[in-house]
Amino acid sequence: MSETQVPAVRFSGVSRHFGEIKAVDGVSLDIQDGEFFTMLGPSGSGKTTCLRLIAGFDRPTSGTILLHGQDVGRLPPYERDVNTVFQDYALFPHMTVGENVAYGLMIERVPKVERQKRVVEMLELVRLSGMYGRKPSQLSGGQRQRVALARALIKHPRVLLLDEPLGALDLKLRQQMQIELKVIQQRVGITFIYVTHDQEEALAMSDRLAVFNLGKIEQVGSPAEIYEHPATPFVAGFVGVSNLISGETARTITGTTDTFSIRPEKIHLVDPGAEVPYGMYAADGSVRDVVYLGLYTRYLVELEQGGDLVVVQQNLNTTSMDVLAARGRKVRLLWQHDHNRLLKDI
Amino acid sequence: MSTISSSSGLQVGNGPGRPRRASPTTRVSTFLYSRPGLILLLLLGPPMAWMLIVYLGSLSALLVNSFFSLDGYTGLVVRHFTLATYRDLFTRSNFEIVQRTAGMAAAVTITAAILAFPLSLYIAQFASRRAKSILYLAVLLPLWSSYLVRVYAWKLILAKEGIISWFFGVLHLKGLLDWLLNLPVIGGPSLSVSNLGIFIVFVYVWLPYMILPIQAALERVPKSLLEASGDLGAKPIQTFRHVILPLAFPGVVAGSIFSFSLTLGDFIVPTALGNSSYFIGQAVLSHQGTSGNIPLAAAFTMIPIVIMIFYLIAAKRLGAFEAL
Repeated sequence: MSETQVPAVRFSGVSRHFGEIKAVDGVSLDIQDGEFFTMLGPSGSGKTTCLRLIAGFDRPTSGTILLHGQDVGRLPPYERDVNTVFQDYALFPHMTVGENVAYGLMIERVPKVERQKRVVEMLELVRLSGMYGRKPSQLSGGQRQRVALARALIKHPRVLLLDEPLGALDLKLRQQMQIELKVIQQRVGITFIYVTHDQEEALAMSDRLAVFNLGKIEQVGSPAEIYEHPATPFVAGFVGVSNLISGETARTITGTTDTFSIRPEKIHLVDPGAEVPYGMYAADGSVRDVVYLGLYTRYLVELEQGGDLVVVQQNLNTTSMDVLAARGRKVRLLWQHDHNRLLKDI
Repeated sequence: MSTISSSSGLQVGNGPGRPRRASPTTRVSTFLYSRPGLILLLLLGPPMAWMLIVYLGSLSALLVNSFFSLDGYTGLVVRHFTLATYRDLFTRSNFEIVQRTAGMAAAVTITAAILAFPLSLYIAQFASRRAKSILYLAVLLPLWSSYLVRVYAWKLILAKEGIISWFFGVLHLKGLLDWLLNLPVIGGPSLSVSNLGIFIVFVYVWLPYMILPIQAALERVPKSLLEASGDLGAKPIQTFRHVILPLAFPGVVAGSIFSFSLTLGDFIVPTALGNSSYFIGQAVLSHQGTSGNIPLAAAFTMIPIVIMIFYLIAAKRLGAFEAL
């Protein structure tokens, strides 16, 4: 029972330096058993290196990594109870789909009959039942992705690592696979550690996520926490779109020069001179640019106090003609006090 | 060149008032653009003609000659179809030549493959960019100098008073060297006059032809495949057996085609380092030269070709060309 208290993965002060470059720089992190945990960040932020450290393809320069309480810092990949879905899928081109999925069991010398049975089960789970005898080169990108998933899951690892697994798929397939991955994770009940640079994907799928920047973790939390309460300017800017206001402009709006962020979708766009309701901030400006995006419209508003604000409005009652006519018009922006987020540093 | 300058002269005569005609190069391009068959003919015609006339022509002349025979009394070639020349190949002494050469080619190929594999793997998967170019250069460098010169350099290295012999002496292993040279098939009076010496030099001269194709095959194996194998529980030796080796196989076959066929046809190395027992290349040389027995020389030449055909069929059966 105490087993459940032990985190699936624990990073304590882990660093990985490549010469001068600090790919991972003093990361400490707990990932709970059974969690869908996402490492989010731009390329070069250290998230993939962290994943490779867990898999054992790379070793930390300093710090310790515990897998279910066991120090694995010096353990080779083949002695770790984790499996990986690779970004390029890394399917063996000389083997069939069935042989690819069976690979882990073949290495373990699982008897042929049982191997066969489990491969069929796995292919069913990822909905590739008829594909047993195909070669990877005969599959589409989405199908290859599923084979990679089945191959990684067949050994029932306690932790599954996914390195931008949907990166090469088109938008529709991506969204479909996001849902499927989530369903599969809930079905098999193992820890998923998911690396992506796509913030929407991270918000949609994760139980919790860590936002990486320059080898460090900026913030860890649930999707709602990260989105609603970004702890740093970087998180505010990377997760969703944020307007960052500071200095003199901030003072004319809120009365202090503290930097704050405000989400574009929280801002109301009203006629200039409109009444400012209680509990709302106001700023005046003129619309410099309008981008009509079908579902909603994005406005770039130049403030009189200086600086720009991005505003997003749903196209509830407006047509493209209406919104495009707004270019150049003077407007007043309103938003609620409690949608302002004061940021820690700068 | 001349058509272009003469028609551009025409264009000057057209005068400024009239609509300009397309330049000759444009017209030639347009003419060709609408006739893809003609382009193909122009591109492939000369090399195909070369292949058909010079290459395949000489091969078929060889084939035809091998079915003629030599009149033992007059010393003239009898131009009548006969299998007698091929029957001559199976006389004891001739068949020994074939066996000796094929055995040497097989031994050289296997050894070269074993020696080449680790280096190729290192160059393809593990070397830094700098180390890679240095090793690449080291592999290619010997090919820049004459093959003949290198063979005779080896004759000095392997000679009784040569560096290898001296080195064995320094290590007090002269006995081992003598024991090796006293072995029945591979031995001889010294390394420079023995099948062992021939073997060493053959492996040396054909090694680059083995390294390059294997390295090219391994270069195409993404590193993530090796990581995936380890990730799924395979120890390095299992990854080697189940992933690296099958993917490198086409390269090994390509390299072995080079080293095998080059050894089968070579006459310089056995001449420089051998004794009186012939290899196929030497037999061909002497039959078509000194004894003027062109049919038997041709029949000897067919042996490497036939062996290579069977070898390629076997390689194809094993799936060597699927990954190409």
